[in-house]
Amino acid sequence: MTDTTKTDFNRAGEAKAGTASTSGAAAVLTDIRLWSAIGIVVLLILPHYVYPVMIAKVLCFALFAAAFNLLLGFAGLLSFGHAAFFGMSAYVTGYCLQSLGFTAELGILAGTAAGALLGLAMGLLAIRRQGIYFAMITLALAQMVYFVALQAPFTGGEDGLQGVPRRDLFGIIDMSSNMNVYYLVLGVFCIGLFIVYRTVHSPFGQVLKSIRENEPRAISLGYDADRYKLMAFVLSAALSGLAGSTKVMVFQLASLTDIQWQMSGEVVLMAVLGGIGTMVGPLVGATIIITLQNELAQIGSVSTIVQGAVFVFCVLAFRRGIVGEIKHRWTTWRGRS
Amino acid sequence: MDFLGVPFPVFAGQLLIGLINGAFYAVLSLGLALIFGLLNIVNFAHGALYMVGAFVAFLLLDILGIGYWPALLLSPIIVGLFGMVIERFLLRPIADLDHLYGLLLTFGLALLIEGFFRQMYGVSGETYAIPSILQGGFNLGFMFLPTYRAWVIVAAIIVCGATWFLIEQTRLGATMRAAVENADLVRAFGVNVPLLVTLTYGLGVALAAFAGVLAAPIYSVNPLMGSNIIIVVFAIVVIGGLGSIKGAIISGFLLGLCEGLTRVYYPEASNIVIFVVMAIVLVVRPAGLFGKTA
Repeated sequence: MTDTTKTDFNRAGEAKAGTASTSGAAAVLTDIRLWSAIGIVVLLILPHYVYPVMIAKVLCFALFAAAFNLLLGFAGLLSFGHAAFFGMSAYVTGYCLQSLGFTAELGILAGTAAGALLGLAMGLLAIRRQGIYFAMITLALAQMVYFVALQAPFTGGEDGLQGVPRRDLFGIIDMSSNMNVYYLVLGVFCIGLFIVYRTVHSPFGQVLKSIRENEPRAISLGYDADRYKLMAFVLSAALSGLAGSTKVMVFQLASLTDIQWQMSGEVVLMAVLGGIGTMVGPLVGATIIITLQNELAQIGSVSTIVQGAVFVFCVLAFRRGIVGEIKHRWTTWRGRS
Repeated sequence: MDFLGVPFPVFAGQLLIGLINGAFYAVLSLGLALIFGLLNIVNFAHGALYMVGAFVAFLLLDILGIGYWPALLLSPIIVGLFGMVIERFLLRPIADLDHLYGLLLTFGLALLIEGFFRQMYGVSGETYAIPSILQGGFNLGFMFLPTYRAWVIVAAIIVCGATWFLIEQTRLGATMRAAVENADLVRAFGVNVPLLVTLTYGLGVALAAFAGVLAAPIYSVNPLMGSNIIIVVFAIVVIGGLGSIKGAIISGFLLGLCEGLTRVYYPEASNIVIFVVMAIVLVVRPAGLFGKTA
């Protein structure tokens, strides 16, 4: 569990794991199952007090950020093109629901599959270069996808797909009420986050980490680094697609906003602000950014300015992110007492 | 008069537009390559600073009544100084960290700058008149060549040439190249490398601002003009490789032409042709056309 040689970029987000799991009280406080249970209970009750569409939006973006974080935090790959998966899946789901009459679950599955396929195509190209080039290539390829979406016949161009019907889940469960859609989103979110958790804590996740830390060494140990990176990329793209597809169920809308480069930047910001390489960070980051956008939406471009400022601040002085910082404080405090 | 299946004036006209776009691509990717050489970061704020360059020219005229020619010099100086402040106070503290942090920071800066100008001036854009001496154009017999567009190409070539000369042929350039190779060693010889880094960032950014002033009379001065062009320039940089000055200039012009040609024969794809070329280059020659195989 204890990783000693971390690259600087990823060390920021991760406190030293493995040191705090011995004594009784502390074990309870760091028990992932307990916290997951508490979290799920809170999320089950919350829509009775807060507008469910709002929390559903946060959960969609939290899943998106978690998918992105899987790639950056655990495989060390900074993608600036994740909007392509999010947006393209939204279009595919929207089209399937609106024009092909798919049921909700089939629409979401189709969108997720589209995200995975696009991820495979982009990943095959992008993993040929590393670091800064990887970021630029993903950004450029996503821009290409954006232009395709702008001109392709099934995306509705500038208008996007509006008024996408919320079809019944499995053909029997009614999805027309916001509350039902919320619980669908919550279910999807939990499944998505569980997949991320299982991936990170599997042998596959360990290999990813070793590639992140020292790629030539991982290769010399016999791991096909490119294949692992590609698998991580496709998985991340598929989960981003899942988030985008689910978002269509909530807002009944798929538009160019979902696929623009600004969206790629937003998801990076959510992950960085919440804490790169943490499980809860993306949820925290998404909550803050979405709330911020809602509050500042009325005053022109202030939201963009604030996002830029938060970015600069995080990089200069807050590289662990919120959750990473709390984890770090907690472990140092544990170490002292 | 047809040329390869299209009327020759149409062909030549699109080629000219391609060449002009190529001029902007070349100057911008040249600045990116300079900065990348010494700082090892890709300056995401490059597009935003190109936009600021155009806006400074616009504001100089609008508020102080300073015209095009002084602005062509003043705007790069002002933006260059601004860039040096950014380097000194924001980029230097994170210089020793993973270079991806530099990318994230400059991305945040780009959002900040773009958001600020959007808040102040909206997205409709401001017009900037072509200076009187460059108005009009020549009739070349087969097409009409606007004087200003010819000037843009000439100016871009001059600036690219001058930068190449500075880097490859002068003592300062030699020191810079040495610092790219081995900063510690150059420092041991008594060269103030941090200052050199600041100056390099300033120069790269000034080039972006220069391109911005050149662009002001052609496109509307618009807060979004930077982010539209910078992603294309990134693709060009991937194609050409950030390794060499010459590579950045040549691939900038070439891909501009390539875009122009696509607009003649298959206009629907003109937006994406550069990205397609990038994808092909990644498959065939992952290190880029001018890059060293890494």
